[in-house]
Amino acid sequence: MTALTQPSPPSGAGSAPVLTARPRRGEAVIKAALVTAAGASVLVTAGILFAVLEPAIEFFRRVPAGEFFTADTDSSYAVFPLIMGTGMTTVIALMVAVPIGLGAAMYLSEYASKRARKWLKPTVELLAGVPSVVYGFFAVFFVIPVVLQDWLGLEISAYNPLGGGLVLGVMIIPTVASLSEDALSAVPLALRQGSLAMGANRMQTTLRVVFPAALSGIAAAVVLGVSRAVGETMIVLMACGSIKNTSLDPGEGHETMTGTIARTALGESPVESTEYKYLFAVALLLFVITFVMNMISIAIVRRFRQAY
Amino acid sequence: MSTAAAATASAVTTSTLATGKSQDRNLTSLVFLGALWFSLFFGVVVLFALIVDTAISGADRFDKELFTQYTQSFDPERAEALAATGRDPKDLSAAYTGFKSGIVGSVILMITTALMAIPLGVAAAVYLEEFSSKTSRFSRIVEVNLQNLAAVPAVIYGMLAASLMAAVGAERGIAIGGAVALSLLILPVVIITTREALRSVPDEIRQGSLALGATVWQTTWRQTLPSAVPGIATGTILGLSRAIGEAAPLVMIGFGAINFAPELPYITSKIEAFPLEIYDAAQSSREIVRQAASAGIIVLLAMILGMNALAIIIRNKFQRSW
Repeated sequence: MTALTQPSPPSGAGSAPVLTARPRRGEAVIKAALVTAAGASVLVTAGILFAVLEPAIEFFRRVPAGEFFTADTDSSYAVFPLIMGTGMTTVIALMVAVPIGLGAAMYLSEYASKRARKWLKPTVELLAGVPSVVYGFFAVFFVIPVVLQDWLGLEISAYNPLGGGLVLGVMIIPTVASLSEDALSAVPLALRQGSLAMGANRMQTTLRVVFPAALSGIAAAVVLGVSRAVGETMIVLMACGSIKNTSLDPGEGHETMTGTIARTALGESPVESTEYKYLFAVALLLFVITFVMNMISIAIVRRFRQAY
Repeated sequence: MSTAAAATASAVTTSTLATGKSQDRNLTSLVFLGALWFSLFFGVVVLFALIVDTAISGADRFDKELFTQYTQSFDPERAEALAATGRDPKDLSAAYTGFKSGIVGSVILMITTALMAIPLGVAAAVYLEEFSSKTSRFSRIVEVNLQNLAAVPAVIYGMLAASLMAAVGAERGIAIGGAVALSLLILPVVIITTREALRSVPDEIRQGSLALGATVWQTTWRQTLPSAVPGIATGTILGLSRAIGEAAPLVMIGFGAINFAPELPYITSKIEAFPLEIYDAAQSSREIVRQAASAGIIVLLAMILGMNALAIIIRNKFQRSW
């Protein structure tokens, strides 16, 4: 709130006038080291691209692209079944994470007092701290056999995207919740006051005034949630099964992109083999997907942030 | 007068906006509020179910052997005790699974990761906050790049580290490779939280220091950084607690199945990581090994919650508000 009512003061000493009389060599060295550290993050991105591109190109030299971009499950290098698996898990995860994350964000931003928020926010964020192996274990030994098969009586296989996706959804709730909360609380107070003055109650204000006003930020939160879900590995490796499958039934086992990558790396394939190069081709696709998602998220935020 | 008005204005938040209470008491509003409460506590309930279910299935294995034995170690005494209770003899060979190599390995990984990620991350953040101008092309590129890196899947960091290690001709599965992967993974977190900590140091402190003739670097090193230490510590501990639970990047580095203690120097020794060892145990067909996995999960969660608690304590105890 304060950020809106008063412009935030300029931060950083960089903006202050520097009046050094004589140059200090030592500081030039330090500054160079700091620039290098900052630039290292760009090198990391370049490194990722190089590390993934080179073996992926090698893969496409050995295997025609048509054999990669095919839905034919008999082709051992088909990628569409994997995209199907990943897509299905992601959609199921979002069906959990978006409503629940958004609900939590609305409560924290619109209803909770400052003191309550201080305690409630960490409880939501606690979910992000649980390792994905633990979530995977929970999916395989509790959610699928106990909740889905016993309690709900569903006829599903022991490893499937339904169970994996539900647990994955729980994992990305904090991602959706904390970014949505930022978006909701960035809506100016005057809008709420206006709405309340017109006689709307708090629920109507939240749903019809604050929510639409924050929609771009919420969209960015969802997109980031998607990229988290697509890139998550251990849960889908453990819970979604290892069958290349193009059916639309989330109760059957489906292999996913990250699942293939990890399974191949855990397996015995030699590093120079085509099977091993295949995982880099899948990883390249994965990197491109998450990169595009992040760019969309950043662009949405940037584009609509200045609205108020 | 104006300060009083400002104080009132800042006291108004969304939660204190006056509304007619009666208006919020109709059925739909209450259902809506109930739904919000549900979403707020859904996560806690799931986490509770997870911990209770895992703790119950691992209840038999909260013993010291969990920490002192290696995976699938055989111990004749324990095997005999199990045989006396009429257990499946196939269980006997795995009667004594413990996670010593994983726990030791994860501690080594953590320390190495911290030594690499914290200096690099803090230096990058210091440059971005204190030295560069916010509008320069370089810092804008770095900014967008950091946002991107923060969402790159963890497996891909593992691939990068694997190819870095291959490029220098290092063996697969050694500690330093895993530490490189984890450092790269938490670097964006460290940079982002350090920047926030630096940003919360008021400008008056910098201006005071600069006015006394200190250079920008002297100001940063002697004033700004010390004031920001609690925030930086909180952020990096949270980053490390994320790293300790990661298994996916370590898979790509070739970690796994090490049943001996690492040798000095640790960083070039082959090691196992705790979460990966739990994954292996969870895949086992033997009930008794999966029990150990459950107990291991509780230990791992305790380690992570402990780190989180430490971070919160540091924040509450040392963070100054200006």
